[in-house]
Amino acid sequence: MYGTDVTGTRLMMALGFSLFLVFLAAWQWAPGVMGIPPFIIPPLSKVWGEFLHMLEHEHLLWHTAVTAMQVLVGFLLGILLGIVCGFVLGMSPTAEFVLSPYILALQIAPKVAFAPLFVIWFGYSVTPKILVAVLIVFFPVMINVLSAVRAVDPDIVRLARAFTASRLQVFWKIQFPASLPPMFAGLRIAATLAVIGVLVGELVGGNTGLGYLLTFGEGAGNTAMVFVTIIMLTIVGLALYGVIVLIEGRVLHWMPSRHHPGI
Amino acid sequence: MATVRLEFRNVTKRFRSRGKKADGVTAVENLDIRVHDGEVVSLIGPSGCGKSTLLNMASGLDPATEGTVFVDGEAVTKPNSHVAFMLQKDLLLPWRTIRENVELGVEILGMPQSERARIARELLLKCRLGDFVDHYPHQLSGGMRQRAALARTLAVDPAVLLMDEPFSALDAQTKMVLQQDLGRTLAETGKTALFVTHDLVEAIALSDRILVMSRRPGRIIEEIPVDIPNRAVPLERRKNPKVGPIVARLMELLHIDEAEA
Ligand SMILES: Nc1ncnc2c1ncn2[C@@H]1O[C@H](COP(=O)(O)OP(=O)(O)OP(=O)(O)O)[C@@H](O)[C@H]1O
Ligand SMILES: [Mg+2]
Repeated sequence: MYGTDVTGTRLMMALGFSLFLVFLAAWQWAPGVMGIPPFIIPPLSKVWGEFLHMLEHEHLLWHTAVTAMQVLVGFLLGILLGIVCGFVLGMSPTAEFVLSPYILALQIAPKVAFAPLFVIWFGYSVTPKILVAVLIVFFPVMINVLSAVRAVDPDIVRLARAFTASRLQVFWKIQFPASLPPMFAGLRIAATLAVIGVLVGELVGGNTGLGYLLTFGEGAGNTAMVFVTIIMLTIVGLALYGVIVLIEGRVLHWMPSRHHPGI
Repeated sequence: MATVRLEFRNVTKRFRSRGKKADGVTAVENLDIRVHDGEVVSLIGPSGCGKSTLLNMASGLDPATEGTVFVDGEAVTKPNSHVAFMLQKDLLLPWRTIRENVELGVEILGMPQSERARIARELLLKCRLGDFVDHYPHQLSGGMRQRAALARTLAVDPAVLLMDEPFSALDAQTKMVLQQDLGRTLAETGKTALFVTHDLVEAIALSDRILVMSRRPGRIIEEIPVDIPNRAVPLERRKNPKVGPIVARLMELLHIDEAEA
């Protein structure tokens, strides 16, 4: 059993790697063969060259760092707010009843539409970008935590209370751990949304970050630059997502179907 | 007989229906029950007659509308460590190992780590789960999980065990094995227990006395002493010829023949 499992994994990895090579090769030569001009899809070598050029002349790493920092701060603030609100609303039906119309309205409003507003309020600083990220990250986390707290079997809470548990003990020993799996599902979504939030903020205004490079590349008609920027944005998102999945694997090691590292 | 461990003195429980103030559901009315030290008493009655309600009042989770519940002579007003309950659902926490689950009660009561680990291990050995101490609940069968729940209940060393149909979700054979485990454990530890069940033979096999309740509002309509030796070995007791007549009497009291459609 174990042996076949290992060879199975090897085979899958080999398959994945060859597919990646095919993809790179296709990127390099397929556009030329199919007659697609480089300003529509620049071949791999051109994008790589642009990447090296941007490293040297466009402060690519610095812009990436700025975006990554905003993503991280926006993500952390957003999920913190989401988790706290999720628990408060989940445990207090009154609070939820009073606040739910506003929450619903805010949830339906497209969060990225707030970007210009935040730029008007805070100018071309990091603040509007972080705020958009916070706003967009907040909801999936809050909703997931809220419904998880609701879904806790009331008999488990009664059992703990029969063991003379205080409210705080019920929270830390029952409600909090019980809501971790849905919370992490929310965090995964939040990780991808945080990048979108910051990017929109950067697109709307400012002269820093990958969003700025994106508009710059567009204005200059430099398709390769746009490609490089999109790839860097993806890497920032992937890094955050990867960290979340890593932490999740540690925290939720007790979950039954967690032996396969999935997406 | 020995001292009274659990007593319901003239207890009534009414549930307010929403909206209308005056009328509600009277679950149980003017009820008197005494359970003595080391006694195992079964409660049997039609569905909705208030058996779970009685256990909830004894656990201190729901107050009685009238009358008082006493445990060890003290009026029960809030949850306390003298009673522990066990339900049909095992209610094991999926993120805790079996040992950590068993520790839940004593952990809440503030017992130091090493002490409670020792108690949990001891009890799990007794409940024949010694090999599963560090497993998670999803790795255990239904019967094993319910045995773990029993260990968790015993861990707080309660004066009175309240059990609400603890085995009703198990298959017939697993059920008999667990009854055997419970019978032995109750006899070894000399615990007092109030046991709710719909299984007539289970009630006879496990208890010293059976209280039969009427339809809602629940009242005790008959008390049947189970005069069969060997309470510690329910599997033997089941085979006793005295079981048949008691089952017949219980069926008569519960109008089981009439209820059948
Ligand atoms: N929280 C509540 N609010 C209103 N009515 C309730 C509540 N809990 C129980 N009741 C009512 O009280 C009565 C007794 O309920 P209880 O759960 O004690 O019955 P039971 O004897 O345990 O039934 P079963 O054998 O089906 O478990 C029922 O009619 C039920 O509808
Ligand atoms: Mg019941």
